[in-house]
Amino acid sequence: MKKARLATLWLDGCSGCHMSLLDIDEAIIAVAQQADILYGPLVDAQEFPLDIDVAVVEGAVSSEDDLEKIQLVRRNSRILVALGDCAVTGNVPAMRNTYAVKTILERVYIEGADVNKGLPGVGAPTLRKRATPIHDVVKVDLHVPGCPPSAKSILFVLQELLAGRIPDLKSSTRFG
Amino acid sequence: MAAQISIRIDGELCAAAEGETIFDVAEANGKFIPALCHMEGVSSAGSCRLCLVEVAGVDRLLPACTTPAQRGMAVTTGSERLKQHRRLALELLFVERNHYCAVCVSNGHCELQALATKLGVTFVRYPYNTPRLPVDVSHPRFVLDHNRCILCSRCVRVCDEIEGAHVWDIAGRGIGSRVVAELDKPWGESQACTSCGKCVQVCPTGALVEKGYAVEEMTRSRGAVTRLGAKKGTAS
Repeated sequence: MKKARLATLWLDGCSGCHMSLLDIDEAIIAVAQQADILYGPLVDAQEFPLDIDVAVVEGAVSSEDDLEKIQLVRRNSRILVALGDCAVTGNVPAMRNTYAVKTILERVYIEGADVNKGLPGVGAPTLRKRATPIHDVVKVDLHVPGCPPSAKSILFVLQELLAGRIPDLKSSTRFG
Repeated sequence: MAAQISIRIDGELCAAAEGETIFDVAEANGKFIPALCHMEGVSSAGSCRLCLVEVAGVDRLLPACTTPAQRGMAVTTGSERLKQHRRLALELLFVERNHYCAVCVSNGHCELQALATKLGVTFVRYPYNTPRLPVDVSHPRFVLDHNRCILCSRCVRVCDEIEGAHVWDIAGRGIGSRVVAELDKPWGESQACTSCGKCVQVCPTGALVEKGYAVEEMTRSRGAVTRLGAKKGTAS
């Protein structure tokens, strides 16, 4: 049987969802037997590959860079999973949304800095006006809330998707 | 004694006393109707719209907590249409203010969060409003965080009807509505507040909490407030 092509992506989040993914422990071996993990913070790949079956995305869309990445992932993936509260609701990254970007940057990089006061310049991704859930900018096929979602629910989601089913999460996950 | 009547709930014949609400009859007959503003022991407000039900012969949906059961009524509590409306009501509560479950003192003990889980709401379809709202920490023991308030008005009712102090009201209109202490004073300056904490014990979310708790630490002991429904002892 042809192995499924799996990828993960880390946008504006704390990587806790990826940690929770690793918390599936030895079950990752079974996942690896069914799927090749081709891209993500856990994989040494530079370019997001074509023809991905399942893309699991952690984090909110906060910067123009995040937006470009998620649009590419959407184009190249059949099933896109929003993993965790940041991807699903905006969560902590979205707490900045009540303030203007300029106000936040000045607060952090000028008022809050002891040395080298100044706004981030060339090379730093431009922050978008609001940090948003992924489904605000691209179509999402499955939402898995939680901060982070438990390893158990992540494994369930992966197993179901790899078996060709869209998992019914019912009440197995929650916000927060 | 009120006359005994019977109504049908989801096809099942249920005995009721005249004057009882649909919600109470349903509950007494072991049927689940979701609610966030209704609380046994105080009057009903019908503000959260989670308990909407269908009544045969009535075009619009009716809140079960404020609609009296009437002889021969046929009530539906769980149709697809109701599920859609309840989901919508929950989603609109989530987008209206700032409910960041992950960093809330009430995480894991919140009725809004628990109901989303129970009703299978795994994401919200509408853009978040993210208003900038104040947090009143002027009271020596308690905090009022407007970011988490869903305007259920349980605090208003418990303070007025059980404590008898009537510190709380809801000021403003529509999306600008706010819970206010003593006609809009900082809570700590309220003369009428007895610091009994009943409002804190009945709050379904993380809007009214005790000071000194970190994320997930704010549990409530509803049972400590006598005259409230004992079986609903603690939240979630």
